[in-house]
Amino acid sequence: MMKTETYQHPDLQGYYGDFGGAYIPEMLHRNVAELKSKYVEIMQEDSFQKEFQQLLKDYVGRPTPLFLAERLSKEFGGSIYLKREDLCHTGAHKINNTIGQILLAIRLGKKRIIAVTGAGQRGVATATVCALKGLECIVYMGEKDIERQAPNVARMRMLGAKVVPALSGSKTLKDATNEAIRDWINNPNDTHYIIGSVVGPHPYPDMVARFQSVISEEIRWQLKEKTGSELPTHVVACVGGGSNAAGAFYHFLDELSVQLVAVEAAGHGVHSGLSAATTQLGKPGILHGSKSLLMQTEDGQVIEPHSISAGLDYPGVGPLHANLFTSGRGTFLSATDEEALQAALHVSKTEGIIPALETAHAFAVLGSLNLQPTDVVVLCLSGRGDKDLATYIRELNLVD
Amino acid sequence: MSRLKDLFAVKSSKVLNVYCTAGFPELNSTVTVMQALETNGANIIELGMPYSDPLADGPVIQASGNIALANGMSITVLFEQLKDLRKTVSVPVILMGYMNPVLQYGFENFCSDAAAVGVDGLILPDLPEFEFETSYGEIIKKYGLDFIFLVTPETSEERLRKLDALSTGFLYAVSSSATTGSDKDFNAVEKYLLRLQEMKLENPVLVGFGIKDKATFESASKYTNGAIIGTAFIQALENTNDITGTVKRFLSGIIS
Ligand SMILES: Cc1ncc(COP(=O)(O)O)c(C=O)c1O
Repeated sequence: MMKTETYQHPDLQGYYGDFGGAYIPEMLHRNVAELKSKYVEIMQEDSFQKEFQQLLKDYVGRPTPLFLAERLSKEFGGSIYLKREDLCHTGAHKINNTIGQILLAIRLGKKRIIAVTGAGQRGVATATVCALKGLECIVYMGEKDIERQAPNVARMRMLGAKVVPALSGSKTLKDATNEAIRDWINNPNDTHYIIGSVVGPHPYPDMVARFQSVISEEIRWQLKEKTGSELPTHVVACVGGGSNAAGAFYHFLDELSVQLVAVEAAGHGVHSGLSAATTQLGKPGILHGSKSLLMQTEDGQVIEPHSISAGLDYPGVGPLHANLFTSGRGTFLSATDEEALQAALHVSKTEGIIPALETAHAFAVLGSLNLQPTDVVVLCLSGRGDKDLATYIRELNLVD
Repeated sequence: MSRLKDLFAVKSSKVLNVYCTAGFPELNSTVTVMQALETNGANIIELGMPYSDPLADGPVIQASGNIALANGMSITVLFEQLKDLRKTVSVPVILMGYMNPVLQYGFENFCSDAAAVGVDGLILPDLPEFEFETSYGEIIKKYGLDFIFLVTPETSEERLRKLDALSTGFLYAVSSSATTGSDKDFNAVEKYLLRLQEMKLENPVLVGFGIKDKATFESASKYTNGAIIGTAFIQALENTNDITGTVKRFLSGIIS
């Protein structure tokens, strides 16, 4: 394995250890090369930073609070702090990244934004910033997901986005991604593809991680204010593609005393055949432009994952996380559909916060951390549960 | 020896490369289709290895790949089917596919087995030139396989020269910056093909994507060494129960 001096940044070719790169067909080369050559420079411009920080503050509502969950702390031992990304505008961390990317796209002269969404969260976060900045927005979504996620489809339409059904394959997220990439190939000049997580070809994983890194930047000073130390003992986050985890881990990646706990979706159980626990089940492979761990058959065909939570239902994981897993820097745990549902119910009753189903997976592992009284845990509360209410009603028998 | 080199040495214009998907329309039709292609005048056969997530393919070819996968196609099955390929097929054969299945098979095993059944070259659209130069290119060369890069109208002149230098066999010019099968005004790309012609590249150039009939084949061939037909051929095979007859009719419409 290649030696990495930092877990934070990939090398010039986009590799975190053995994972990353830009495995793209030539038709995407110009788009990706343009982004690669300009993203760092643009992000460091004063005018960019000024506008980005202003929007994070006045539009997203940052800094998000760091909340000491006293009843959970008492129950599990240690001090458990919740980083309240659920209080961001649109209800999840996704908007940190879409704000960043839309500002970047404008500076690259792009007029048209495309995105992909499964449950609709990334689509809503993208449609929101397109409305904010007056850019055309096209969201690709599997035909099946369009049926399943009617409220988010309505939100996107209300925000002015065009929702295009992906009709191929299993008609879900993976197929919508293929359609979006085709769109990008066909529109190489005026279109920016907003990828919603730390996946895809270099420079996306690094770019998205940088935009989300505001989460751990805030955690450091907020924790210092509250405890006198910038460093927790644990940071816990759920992982689909890995963007909220990347943001929550970012400024702790090279602080080796901090245990980084990533929680994947085990679906019906890691080995049930209906799971999305990529690091447990995946082998090195290439999907959507980067080398990472990937759930696949022996023949190298991508396996359809399963999770009750649409945001974790992805057969891959960002290359940053694949490197954390294989190097041992990260601790990878998983929670089943049922464990996540119970955790969501428990957190709602204990702290008065209804978490997103994705986030509920992170809560579900608290009991297995064997916390000591001196431990300080920060859990990234990536999103709120309003969008999952239909699932909660159905699965938790909330209506009589 | 290289079958591609030999081909272009004797035929430098109107070279017809036809794309077909392995295991489509039926699992065991792969070699039947290839034999019919050779008999009816195809000069090169590009054999697609199906993948669940083919980034560079259009919907028609992707759908044929899904059918092939459902039929049970895999690289292992394919090499078994191609065991006696060279007893009946003599035109150059190129395997086109995506990196992931090849990596799972084992990159070196793949090259070795491909060469052993008589495959001449590879097109792996998602193998970038950095990884080609630093690790995979050498293995490909070791087994005597040609490697063909794609170029597009957006590919800069400097990059074109570089990809030309890295390619052997031929260079695959995507006729518009579009995934396979898209309908663009063919005249719009003539300028691009003329530019390629004037660059006097080291490799022969074949135009792919969007070629569907005699007229588009002829006009693509005007500036280059020939063209590649994919989507239109797959469409012709879609609902046939007479593979040989369909291939014959299709090709006679292109090169009569
Ligand atoms: C609330 C919430 N948390 C987590 C995720 C998972 O994505 P990621 O792993 O990129 O944070 C999603 C994705 O839609 C989400 O909506």
